Formats: sequence, C-alpha cells, structure tokens
Amino acid sequence: MIALSIPARRQLNSMLWTGASAFCAIGVAVVLLLIMGYVVREGLSALSLSFLTQLPRPVGVPGGGVANGIVGTLIVVGIAALMAFPVGIFVGIYLAVYSHRRMAKCLSYLADVLAGVPSIAIGIFAYTLLVAPFRHFSALSASFAFAVLMVPLVIRTTEGAVALVPRELREAATALGAMEYRVTGKVLLVAARPGIVTGLLLALARVTGETAPLLFTAFGSQFWELDPSKPMAELSLQIFTYAISPYRDWHEQAWGGALILIIAVFVLSVLARLSFLWRGGTGISGGTD
Amino acid sequence: MVDQAVGNGKGSPDRGYGRRSVRRGDRILSALFAGGLQGFCYLFLAVVVGLALELLWGSRLSLRTFGLGFLWSTQWNPVTNQFGAAPFIYGTIVSSTIALVLAAGIGVMAGVFLAEFAPRRLGVALGMLIELLAAVPSIVYGLWGLFVLAPIVSGWIGPALQAAFGFLPFFQGTIYGVNMLTAALILTLMILPTITAITRDLIAAMPMRFREAALALGATPWEMASKVVLPSVRRGIFGACMLAYGRALGETIATTMVIGNRPVISASLFAPGYTVASVIANEFTEATTNLYLSALIELGLILLVVSLIVIGIGRLMLRLFLR
Repeated sequence: MIALSIPARRQLNSMLWTGASAFCAIGVAVVLLLIMGYVVREGLSALSLSFLTQLPRPVGVPGGGVANGIVGTLIVVGIAALMAFPVGIFVGIYLAVYSHRRMAKCLSYLADVLAGVPSIAIGIFAYTLLVAPFRHFSALSASFAFAVLMVPLVIRTTEGAVALVPRELREAATALGAMEYRVTGKVLLVAARPGIVTGLLLALARVTGETAPLLFTAFGSQFWELDPSKPMAELSLQIFTYAISPYRDWHEQAWGGALILIIAVFVLSVLARLSFLWRGGTGISGGTD
Repeated sequence: MVDQAVGNGKGSPDRGYGRRSVRRGDRILSALFAGGLQGFCYLFLAVVVGLALELLWGSRLSLRTFGLGFLWSTQWNPVTNQFGAAPFIYGTIVSSTIALVLAAGIGVMAGVFLAEFAPRRLGVALGMLIELLAAVPSIVYGLWGLFVLAPIVSGWIGPALQAAFGFLPFFQGTIYGVNMLTAALILTLMILPTITAITRDLIAAMPMRFREAALALGATPWEMASKVVLPSVRRGIFGACMLAYGRALGETIATTMVIGNRPVISASLFAPGYTVASVIANEFTEATTNLYLSALIELGLILLVVSLIVIGIGRLMLRLFLR
C-alpha cells in the first residue's frame, strides 16, 4: 500500500538507477570474464608438452617453450618466501601480542607504508642493494624484491589472525606454566594457523605474476640457469619480452605463458580462501592436542 | 615471567629431579625467541628505512644537477644528459586520473548493487568473481590490452569519440592503438575490483536501521541507497578511490605495454604518452651514465613519495570505517 503512495516518477527513477547499478556490476564481471576467456582460448592453442618442457628457441625456429621460465619463477618465488615468511610472521606476532608498545605502532604504520610502495620502486631498491655492488643481475636480488613485496601482506594477515585468538587461551597457557615461546608456538600459532596460511598463500599469489622489479633484478635468461646468484629466466618476464617483440610465434607463446600464470595465481587464491573456510577443521579444536 | 615467579618459590614442593636442566633449555629458547622477535622487527625496520634512504641517496646526483626544475622540464635527452620529468608526470597523472574517474563511477554503482539490490546468491557470486579477478597479474592485463584492446581503441572507440567530440582538443589527431586512452582503460579495469569490493564491504557494514528508517519515511530503494547509504560511507569510498589511485599511479607493466612510450606532452588522448613507472622499466638497464641512472632513480623517488601520500590519505579515510 505504501508503494502506491510514492509517485510513479520516483518509482521509475528508482528502478532505472537500480537497473544501472545492476548493469555496472554484471558488466564488470562479464568484461573481466571475457578477458579471462580470451586468455584461456589463446593460451590453450599455445600450450603443449614441449611448451612446458623445452627451452626457448631463437626467433624463426619453430617450437620451443618456457620450461626455464617456469622453473625460474618457482626458484625466485621460493627463495622470496623463505626470506619473507619468517620476518612477516614474527613481526605480525609482535604487532598482535604487544600492540600497545610504541615500537609496535611504528612497525604497524611502516607495514602500511611498505604495502603502498610501487613494485618498480622496490625493484630499484633491490638493484642498488644487490645488483649494482656485484656488477651483475641475479635471481637472488629478484627474490629480495619479491620478499619486500610480500612482507607487509604476511605481517597484516598474521597480525589479524593472532589478534583473533581468544585472550583466555593465551592466559590459560601462561597460567599452566608455559613460557612465552611455548605459548606462541603451541597455542597462538596453532590457533591462528588457518588465517596465517591464507596470508602466506595470498602473498605468494601477489608476487607470482609480478614483473616490474624483475626487469633489472632477475633480468631473464635464454638458458637453464639454476644458480640463484646468476641472471635467471622468469615466466612473467618472458611473457613481457615475447609480447613486445614483433614476431607472431612469440606472441602465441606469450599467451601460453599468461595462461600458466593465471592458473597458478587462481589456484593460490582459491587455496587461500579454502584454508580460511576450513578454519573449523584445522583451528583451535583440531590443533592443540 | 609467570613461569619463573612460580618456579623460583623457595622450598616449593614442586621442584622435582631434572627440572632444572629443562628450565635452562627453556631459558635459552626463551631468550632466542625474544631475540628473534626483536631481531626480525629491527630487520623489517631497517628494510623500510633503507628503501627510502637508498632512493634518496641514489638520486643525489640528479637532485643536485637539476634541482626542482627536474619536475617541470620537458627535456628527456640521454645523449645531451638533459633530464626532465614533466612528460612522465603528465602521462602518469592523466592516465591514472581518467582511470580513477571511470572506475569510481562504475565501481561505486557496482558496489551498491552487490550490497543493496543483488539477490543474495548473485551478490556473493559476483563479488567473489570480481575479487578473484583482482588477483590477475598486471602482465596479463597488459598482454590483453596490447593485442585486443589497442585495436579496439584505434578501430572503434577512437573514431566514435572523434566523431562525437572531435571539436575538443582531447579527441583530435591521428588515432594510435597504443595511446593514453588505452592505458587509462586498462588501468580502469585493473582498479575496478578494488573500488567495487571496498564499496560493497562499507555498505554491507552499515546498520539495517538506517535503511529501515529511510524506507519507512517513504523513500524508494534508490533514494534510500543514494541519499542515506552512500552519503554515510562517502569518506570510506573516497578512501577506497585513493587506494585505487595510488595503485594506478604505480602500475608499471600494463601501462608500459599499452601507452606507447613516447616522452611528449600532447593534449590528445589518442597520442602515445609515457609514465614515470614505464620510463624506469624501459630505460633502467640502458642507463649508460651515472646522471642518467640517477635521474631514473629520482623518478622512482617521486613515484614513491606521491603514491605514499595518496595511499596514506586513502588509509586514513578508510581507517574510520574498517577495523
């Protein structure tokens, strides 16, 4: 009955604007889906066993693959994780447990700041710190740049997960005579594990497709290079090089590489969500025994 | 702390055999843990401070040579060692600002729909989809922009805009595929998920009673959304837009692939441009002289300072709403 008393013009107006908002939301999703669909279509035609297992070939020679780039990405991201995870988790715990200290407030602010630094600036930092003094590019410097990108994410998610652990749990453990490192290791970390794992996976997803800092840290390579102190091939870097080249078969390979990258990032993102949803299974009740 | 207080009680009946040695191990581990905690915190501190100092130190040569004039000089000539940042700053600001305007309009509308009007299932599904797509690496957007969007811009969007608004200087001249407009559109797509998701979260966190009051007073659903809901979260939305703007300013690979990389200032959006991040990406490994390298690092410093200010404002606005 109330609806009847609203003038038709206002009702029409409301319907139009509601429709426009629906159009925007669905439109955004559709456009983004179309982009992904296009990458999948183009990428699938480039994907093959040899694409995944072979080295790049020179221009004009058909075939070849990005195997060294895939391995390079795994190495660079893996070393970055080894650097970033301990720092991020420890600082995150510190921020959650000692949130009242001035140092914690300062670090929390800096984590926000670091999260906003453009990746290209972090690349310059890695270059001046780890490339220029040694006079050659290296996978290690790329890992360092990635680690700096990951740390603020890990800090934030760890802090959030640890802060959610009920205070009583911590107090109970302390009252039973557990020292701080045991309270942290056996109670806090176990109870906060799902949240922390989510953060780690999201951080991995964040850097897996990152390209900008690699241009002057890992630099890329045409060969099998497993030594992290040398320039190393990287999948996203290969996509960039292939895409801006004038050769048609390199363009196709770029699409293939993009598809692999998207799959990797999606798997990591979905795993991150699942590990958060499975909180009930791996959380406090399941882990403290 | 508590552990020691209890355990050190003199003559405590609880002091059994062998506990002393365990306690020593405990003490060592405790010290290690405390040290580790402190150590990692200081390490993190050192990295952040080091980052800022390195960029400042690296750009000292350029800072001393060009001074503030670096910001508005349009000369970028490595051969004559003349470096000015104006074309790059112009390109960065223009492409990002167009992207922000487009993305803010579309993103806020989409966020309103997801939080207010969408059927529950549809809202959740669309929201998850858009959030998932926010994780797509920028190289993929760049690739798509270069091979799909650029031909669309030079073939359809450009001519259509020129036919409709050709009298404006922004839409005159030859239509390139890789140009300012293409870069702005790619950036729009990349920052849309951020604005949409944050807007949705802000609106969803609002108490139901405001909506009920508005509807009870006879507002239509859209009037409720636009006159009650949106105004009460406008600072948060502004914050979300600033976060997205900061990301657009610092975005490197996608813009590098589609903006054309030519250091000129042109009013036309159909002409190629250049951004601060792109010139660093393209020329850093080619910098042959110390001054050249220093100028590029100073560009990085400018980018750092500007995006930190923009993102800082965004966080400040959002802090009032989230957490």
